Amino acid sequence: MSSLFILGSLITPSIGLIFWTTVVFLLLLVLLGKYAWKPILTAIKTREQNISTALASAESALNDMRELQSNNEKIMAKAREERDALLKEARDAKEIILAEAKTKATKETDRILASAREQINTEKNAAIAALKDQVAILSIEIAEKILKSDLSSDEKQKALLSNLMKDVNLN
Amino acid sequence: MNSKLNTSGRPLFFLTLLLSLFLSFSTFADTITDAAEVQHHTASTEKAHDANAPVDIAAVAFEHILDSHSWHLWGEGHEALALPLPVIIYSSTKGIQFFSSSKFEHGHASYNGYSLVDEQIVSADSNENVYDFSITKNVAQLIFTALILFLLFTSIARAYKNTGVTSAPKGKQSFFEPLITFVRDDIAKTNIGHNSDKYVPYLLTVFFLILINNVLGLIPIGANLTGNIAFTFVLSVITLIVTNVNANKHYWHHIFAPPAPKALYPILVPLEIVGIFTKPFALMIRLFANITAGHIIVISLVGLIFVFKTLWISPVAVGFALFIDVLECLVALLQAYIFTLLTALFIGSASADHNEDGIHNDEDEKAVAKH
Repeated sequence: MSSLFILGSLITPSIGLIFWTTVVFLLLLVLLGKYAWKPILTAIKTREQNISTALASAESALNDMRELQSNNEKIMAKAREERDALLKEARDAKEIILAEAKTKATKETDRILASAREQINTEKNAAIAALKDQVAILSIEIAEKILKSDLSSDEKQKALLSNLMKDVNLN
Repeated sequence: MNSKLNTSGRPLFFLTLLLSLFLSFSTFADTITDAAEVQHHTASTEKAHDANAPVDIAAVAFEHILDSHSWHLWGEGHEALALPLPVIIYSSTKGIQFFSSSKFEHGHASYNGYSLVDEQIVSADSNENVYDFSITKNVAQLIFTALILFLLFTSIARAYKNTGVTSAPKGKQSFFEPLITFVRDDIAKTNIGHNSDKYVPYLLTVFFLILINNVLGLIPIGANLTGNIAFTFVLSVITLIVTNVNANKHYWHHIFAPPAPKALYPILVPLEIVGIFTKPFALMIRLFANITAGHIIVISLVGLIFVFKTLWISPVAVGFALFIDVLECLVALLQAYIFTLLTALFIGSASADHNEDGIHNDEDEKAVAKH
């Protein structure tokens, strides 16, 4: 009898507990909804959004960096190319200058040599002329002296010749 | 044993087919109490003091399971320590009355013409109808847990406000955040779909209120609130209301014009209408029966020591009780989850747009697969 009654009360909801459960649960639902769930869920959602935007921006930053890197490499390659071109130009210019200088120098030397040779020729001709004059003078002098001396005997002729020769040697 | 069971219990068992688990228990309860037919609990517990008298395990078990007007902590008879709780009654003749349950002296005394018989307040006047709105043990625990939940989650909400959303959660916050996101994503979003955010506060409140009361019910001095049919009744009625208020025309169309020959409507439509109520009814019974059954098993196992009157049985009894207790810890979490999950499922199936249903499910599955 006792356990039958207890079993009956076990499955019979009591009005008091129904009332209090309804009141307390609805109150709890409203209060938690307003002061706990709303701020918590908003905060979690905001953080999730923050995380996803942070991840997305990190991804885009990485992409930007990669782009920047490839750009840098391109710029570097370009710079290198430019440098090479400049160096080549400089080398070419140097060669041209050197060649020019060489030809100039050759020309100058040639000119100097030519003028020197001309001068030498002039000097030589002058010297030859002078020599010719001297020879003429000497010949005249010799002739004069021959004419002046006695050309009778052989001895005298020989002596005269040797004297003349001495004079010539002296000259 | 069986003959006694049949003579005393038959009408009840037809009524409580769902609670078949109680069958074995009340069998052995009847055998024990047969010799000493007890009037109420206190009388039986006093008898327990007499070493020769048989121990009424059934009474002890139901004392733990049923609601009470005082919070019994420990001890028996005159040594018992119990906190008196406020009694609030509405009488059809005397109006609202308010006094302490200690006035009843655990059922021994009557006060103002009222007496406590089997935890029911009965008036001496047969013309007077008494409605009991007392702050019983269960109500006290309900208010206590509601207060704890409110303080706990508002403090967590404050933590979010103080530390902002840029820092990682700490302490309580990091313990409860996975649970909250679990309810939001895996219970609400998976079953309700795109407009699940509206129902998340309700699901969270239900989940945590059931969970904390399931856990407190496992503690020996705790009240068995989630194992009380009044509590599960209110929660499932709220689920019933939420489900049907938010139901769309597909749901009602399916009930009043099911896709079947019109000749079958006289059978199908009443069935569908009954179906509206059977779902929350199952919800009510499931939680109540699971929690109550667990408690009865634990008390019965410990009660074996007193039934066999030997200490040698205690390793078996305590071992099994420990095993069931550990299992009950799982059940506490599982039943809170199941109640919330099924609530979400009912809301989802009533409010889901059937044309888009397939698409949403695909999306959900993709989302789950990603995780």
